[in-house]
Amino acid sequence: MTAEMPAREQEHPASAPLSIHDMTVAYHRRPVLWDVDYNAVPASLTAIIGPNGAGKSTLIKAVLGLTPMASGQVRFFGQPYARQRSRVAYVPQRSSVDWDFPVSALDVVAMGMYRKIGWFFPVTRHYREKARQALDRVGLADYAQRQISQLSGGQQQRVFLARALAQEADLYLMDEPFAGVDAATERAIVGILRDLRAAGKTAMVVHHDLQTVHEYFDQVVLLNLRIVAAGPTETVFTTENLKKTYGGTLPLLDLVGQRMARA
Amino acid sequence: MTLLFATNQVAKLALPAGMAGWSSDDTWVVVTAALAAMACALPGCWLVLRQQSLMGDVLSHTTLPGLVMAFLAVHLLAASGLIPPENEPAARHLFLFCGALLTGILSAFLAEWLQQFGQVESSAALGVVLSTLFAAGLLMIRLFADNVHVDPECVLFGTIETVALGEPGVPQATLAVGAICLLNLLLTGLFFKELRMTAFDAGLATALGFPARLIHLGLMAVTSATVVFAFESVGSILVVAMLIVPAAAAHLLTDRLSWLIGLSLGIAALSAIGGHVAAIVVPPLVFGWLGYADVGAASTAGMTALASGALFLLAWIAAPQHGLVSKIAGRLRLTFTIACEDILGLLYRLDEAHLPAEGVSLRFLVQSVRGHAGWITRLAVAYLRRTSQLAYDAGGYRLTDAGRQHATHLVRSHRLWESYMARHFVLADDHLHATASRLEHFIGPDLQTKLAAELDSPQTDPHGKDIPQ
Repeated sequence: MTAEMPAREQEHPASAPLSIHDMTVAYHRRPVLWDVDYNAVPASLTAIIGPNGAGKSTLIKAVLGLTPMASGQVRFFGQPYARQRSRVAYVPQRSSVDWDFPVSALDVVAMGMYRKIGWFFPVTRHYREKARQALDRVGLADYAQRQISQLSGGQQQRVFLARALAQEADLYLMDEPFAGVDAATERAIVGILRDLRAAGKTAMVVHHDLQTVHEYFDQVVLLNLRIVAAGPTETVFTTENLKKTYGGTLPLLDLVGQRMARA
Repeated sequence: MTLLFATNQVAKLALPAGMAGWSSDDTWVVVTAALAAMACALPGCWLVLRQQSLMGDVLSHTTLPGLVMAFLAVHLLAASGLIPPENEPAARHLFLFCGALLTGILSAFLAEWLQQFGQVESSAALGVVLSTLFAAGLLMIRLFADNVHVDPECVLFGTIETVALGEPGVPQATLAVGAICLLNLLLTGLFFKELRMTAFDAGLATALGFPARLIHLGLMAVTSATVVFAFESVGSILVVAMLIVPAAAAHLLTDRLSWLIGLSLGIAALSAIGGHVAAIVVPPLVFGWLGYADVGAASTAGMTALASGALFLLAWIAAPQHGLVSKIAGRLRLTFTIACEDILGLLYRLDEAHLPAEGVSLRFLVQSVRGHAGWITRLAVAYLRRTSQLAYDAGGYRLTDAGRQHATHLVRSHRLWESYMARHFVLADDHLHATASRLEHFIGPDLQTKLAAELDSPQTDPHGKDIPQ
């Protein structure tokens, strides 16, 4: 992360659950996200939308420090991530882990609380009970002891969601929670997202299904290597903006990126 | 290497004679091999679960330069009088331990760096690191072997058979592998939660503030140290096997992590015991039978690796869920169920067509139920009779009430599915039957209800036949 400059601090309002200032992310010097400037709206459900390779997952990974930034600043509730970890929950893509791993659904959910439990301490009954409650919220109370490979894709996704819920965070960053899930799971996830918003929490969700954006989300971020547009769904989620987002990359941006990779 | 055969020149005859020569030396060999195997199995579990099994192979090779340097350093210090001669063994172990930790970290670093900046895939990076560092180690042996007395054969094959030679009490090597085994048990217990999370989801661990990368490096360092201590006595071949095989076998046997670790410890210990016994007993037996009467015992390390391989094979065949036997049994069970259901369906349709007036013969059933071997059909008929789904009287076989109920369910599933396909697929009516015949065995009551609801509870199928309720 770049050195902190006091003058810039004002650009990160403490009320914003997530505030990104001029963030650029590059793989092998080739930028995959250019100059992202964004303040998340508190107590909102925000969809992150864009074509494949637009940098949606990269955006989430970069703000969490899982992918290094080339430049820029990120603040959570006005502070660096290291100081706000407990207020942020991350739901990675389902395909990012090995589901044959010998753990039960309850074990996975409990992982969300490892930070609270602390180093060396075992997962006590208190935390197992909390994990069970989180599983109950996603409708999987009966599956607590199941080995995770025995769950369907939708159930696995709900286990991930339960893990984030167990963290009792204020901001939820979710990478394609709706990818390849059944209708029951989709309804369950939407219900939980609305509950979170009603409780004053914020969720930013990488989303693929353009037809459900209006129904599920009140804010959108349209992304294609840079933020094309961001704001309330009614005003920003327009045919024109979608054309700009999905109508191919900017040829010049692409060209410069390639040069940077080659140089 | 000649020493390999020295301690175990016991049996020229058959099994009892071989085991009759069991001495306290043999006990120490078994204890040492078991401790070494168990020490390796612990980090091995994590390597297997992280899908980094190759890393075990890499570390067992890349420790060579660290090993040589440690030997060299101790030798130089002892020669210059900085280490008193009586402390030399202890100092050597300490230096070995530190050298191994460092080379473990170095290997992991190099592999990571190569992968990232060389933009090569991970196994290629590991291959490069393995061969380069191992070659460096061999070069160092060539350069310094004359004055340090590093015996490459000891490094590669170990000297477990001589572990207790000339030492009263607990042998030094046993203490060393015992200590590293204890250390690994402690670390696994202490960091169980953290190791589990970083192995399952390193991204989450990092996001939660756990240093996943540091834990990875730590695991590599400890694996490396384990490898060094283990192969001082058991050789690098056994080490590679013990890192991976017990964990892989245990993974086949259980879906629970704590059980996996426990089982892999058990398999490791069992391999060592079985390996040493086999090393004494098997060669005279086999070679005696072949006519070479004076062949002595084989290498314990080699036999232990073989024994672990045999245990893995056993797990693969007999594992409760993922094993070969249970898979075959499951397939047979399915075939049998389908045969039973086909018989019921056939009789239902015959009844429906009012043919024939009385029951049917076994021969008719065997000929008419297609796609099954005759003996399976006969077995299915016997089963259906025993479960009172079929009745047998002078006229032949006919459905009982219970059998009719089961058959009704099947035919309903079949015809509902035909209706469903006719609605959604572009297929001629005579193409529906085959698919429906396969699927009717898998449509339970729940799916049947859903099908009927979606199709608005049709009364007849596409061929105009009644769909029974």
